[in-house]
Amino acid sequence: MGPTHVNRRDVLKRTAAAGLFALPAVGALSSCASGGGGEKKAEKGTKSDKNPLGVKEDAALSVYIFNGGYKDRYAQFVTDMYGKAYPKAEVDQKATEKIATQLQPKIVRGRPSADVVNNSGADQMNIGKLVANKQVADFTEMLDAPSWDDPAVKVRDSLYPAMQPMGAFGTDGCYQLNIAMTVYGNWYSQRMLKETLEAEYPKTWDEMLAVCKKAKDKGIHGWSYPGGHPRYMLFSMYAMFAQAGGREVVEAMDYLEPNAWKHDAVKSVFEAFEELVAKKYVLTGFDGPQGHTEMQTAWTKGKCVFVPNGSWVENEAKDTTPKGFGMTVGATPSLSSGDKLPFGTLYSPPGEPFIVPAQAANVRGGLEWMRMMYSKEASVNLFKETGGIPALKGAIDGMQLPPGTDSAQKAITAAGDNIVIPFFKEWYGELFTEDYNKVMGRFMTGDMSTKEALDTMQKAADRVAKDPDITKIKKV
Amino acid sequence: MSTDKRPARPPHLLLFLAAAVLPPRFTPESVRYDRRYRTLDKYRFIAGFLAIPLAFYAVFVVSPFLQAIYYAFTDWSGGPVANFIGFDNFVKMWNDERFWDSTVTSLTLLVVAPVVTLVLGMFFAYMITAGGRHRRGQAIAGVAGSSLYKVVYFFPQVLSVAIVAVVWGRVFNTNAGLINGGLNSLGIKGPAWLGGEYGLALIATLTVICWSFVGFYVVLFSAAMGAIPKDIHEAALLDGAGRGTTFFRVTLPLIRDTVRTGWIYMGIQALDSFAIVLVMMPPHAMKVTPVFLYERFREGQFGYATAIGVVLLLLSVVFSLIVMRVGDRDRIEY
Repeated sequence: MGPTHVNRRDVLKRTAAAGLFALPAVGALSSCASGGGGEKKAEKGTKSDKNPLGVKEDAALSVYIFNGGYKDRYAQFVTDMYGKAYPKAEVDQKATEKIATQLQPKIVRGRPSADVVNNSGADQMNIGKLVANKQVADFTEMLDAPSWDDPAVKVRDSLYPAMQPMGAFGTDGCYQLNIAMTVYGNWYSQRMLKETLEAEYPKTWDEMLAVCKKAKDKGIHGWSYPGGHPRYMLFSMYAMFAQAGGREVVEAMDYLEPNAWKHDAVKSVFEAFEELVAKKYVLTGFDGPQGHTEMQTAWTKGKCVFVPNGSWVENEAKDTTPKGFGMTVGATPSLSSGDKLPFGTLYSPPGEPFIVPAQAANVRGGLEWMRMMYSKEASVNLFKETGGIPALKGAIDGMQLPPGTDSAQKAITAAGDNIVIPFFKEWYGELFTEDYNKVMGRFMTGDMSTKEALDTMQKAADRVAKDPDITKIKKV
Repeated sequence: MSTDKRPARPPHLLLFLAAAVLPPRFTPESVRYDRRYRTLDKYRFIAGFLAIPLAFYAVFVVSPFLQAIYYAFTDWSGGPVANFIGFDNFVKMWNDERFWDSTVTSLTLLVVAPVVTLVLGMFFAYMITAGGRHRRGQAIAGVAGSSLYKVVYFFPQVLSVAIVAVVWGRVFNTNAGLINGGLNSLGIKGPAWLGGEYGLALIATLTVICWSFVGFYVVLFSAAMGAIPKDIHEAALLDGAGRGTTFFRVTLPLIRDTVRTGWIYMGIQALDSFAIVLVMMPPHAMKVTPVFLYERFREGQFGYATAIGVVLLLLSVVFSLIVMRVGDRDRIEY
């Protein structure tokens, strides 16, 4: 047995060493010490019909893709397109799960190592801060350039609306562009609804309660949600806020107006869900970090009818979905006949964000890469690789679509102009990922009343409004 | 050394500084024959060996610390500009309910986790070294199979924290976990351990922290207990002391320094507990301060995040100082 006594000096040394662990952020910080400076930037090439953005033909291009549910093959297709269009350019694509870790320090130093970045995933860079710090390039010039497939149509007009507003951050520019449409709503199984319950999709909340009751009589829960990620509830609640109270209500949330969360329309939606909880229609549990997967598995096994989800679920739940399940998304039911927006109003923002760093070595190349991303062939390939609905209007019309994507596509068409997007979720992330998440965690287990929930949300929104560290977006 | 060579006045201080980098043969005699030159020579010798590690330490440990403390007083958000804003971040923290919520959790862990872990660790260590039956004239012996236990207890220490957190996340799973599965077969409906009540979440976290660290303290304490001379235990035995009395009157006082070190170490680990909580716990149920810090960091509030880090550092230091003061008395040499 070796000597085991420990003297005071050892204690001090260990204390100092252990103190390091108490500061996990310090190491990361030291690598992003603020600084500036630039490297050689690619000069502008000559503009032509084939090269409307004036890309320098032999300038290297570096692409960084978030290696998540979409993988990176859809992007490699575009990168290869770029290589073919500019054979003199050296093109390179990397995929990572740690976007911020890999790229943010270099962006902060003004020497970004990528020209196009798919800023997505749990480790994404805070886009509001990037915009406020002028670290991302404006896409306006690209949006006004002719589209890849048809020179007569601008890129802007070839895409679904809401692309520019999603990237505006209170300016008239566009600093972030998304490539796929996400459809949120109440996802269900056609077979479950039509055959097991012999019901139609509920267009009003009363019908919704009736379907849930019917399900309960058969021993099936009407609803479920991932207990580990209770914020999923917004996917089913949000369009209802807008339906019940009109666009002013959800805009008030976006602009952090006083008492936005205490509006009667918001209250009525919360009360509607409170009733679901009170009547024990909700299948709970699923509370680990993998809760969403567990919930989806229970759902595809027929343990519950409706789940709040987004259009990625079809791909994510692919392995457990039985044949003939008939995965479908339904728009949120109307609460009453006094609703301001009709049934069919859809929470459907463009998703999978891309940025071009303002200090990138090849900004024009980055913009050009995005223009190619919005081409017909890249869009079709995106759909084939990922199942996502491309942002290019009508890109996958007439193709054989899986049921979930098909219903999502139809829901977008049916919604027309009645698309609503919670910008507060993009601008003030913590309000959604932390505060709303926490409130719903207690609300959905019946541990918190509507009044408490709304008071807590309003308090959180007021806190964000007052927080000097959060850049506020003003109404334009 | 002859006295006539000694200068009337001691050499100038600057000469001494210069001598620190000069080889002896170029050092002026006035310095070389000074009494203090020996001390200088000794430390110069030591510093020569330590120069490289010290430089590394300064660059990679000390300077980030100082930078972090500086950033805590700025509104830095990742941009090229960091404005000095005085104590604004600390005022904001003081008024931030989320900070207090997370800190109450962290402090609870800081107080409870070391007590539970160390008591368990001491109990197991005592059973391993001295808890067994007396055999063939041996004054003390561990329980049967103690050498095996010592290895088994250490297993969690070998696993990466992330794996521990993932595995326990599965065990605590409400619908499919080991615990609720067991309760189910007994006809009891298990609660939501992780995503439900705060109290249950706290208990779950404590369980995992204690489970994963107890093995280390079993090994640490059994080493300390093994170093106690056997004749002390024999004497206690001859005086008719039972196991309990022996432990509290003999063993514990003799290993108190080790216990104190362990306490500080465990306290700091409990104060951190970042990885376990981040991986295992849904953030809406419970948060520790380092997780709250991480979230601020993720939102690009680097200034505020580092301010929280500085407070955590202060908490660790205060905790260590308090524990080192508690029951500070002379050590018995053996």
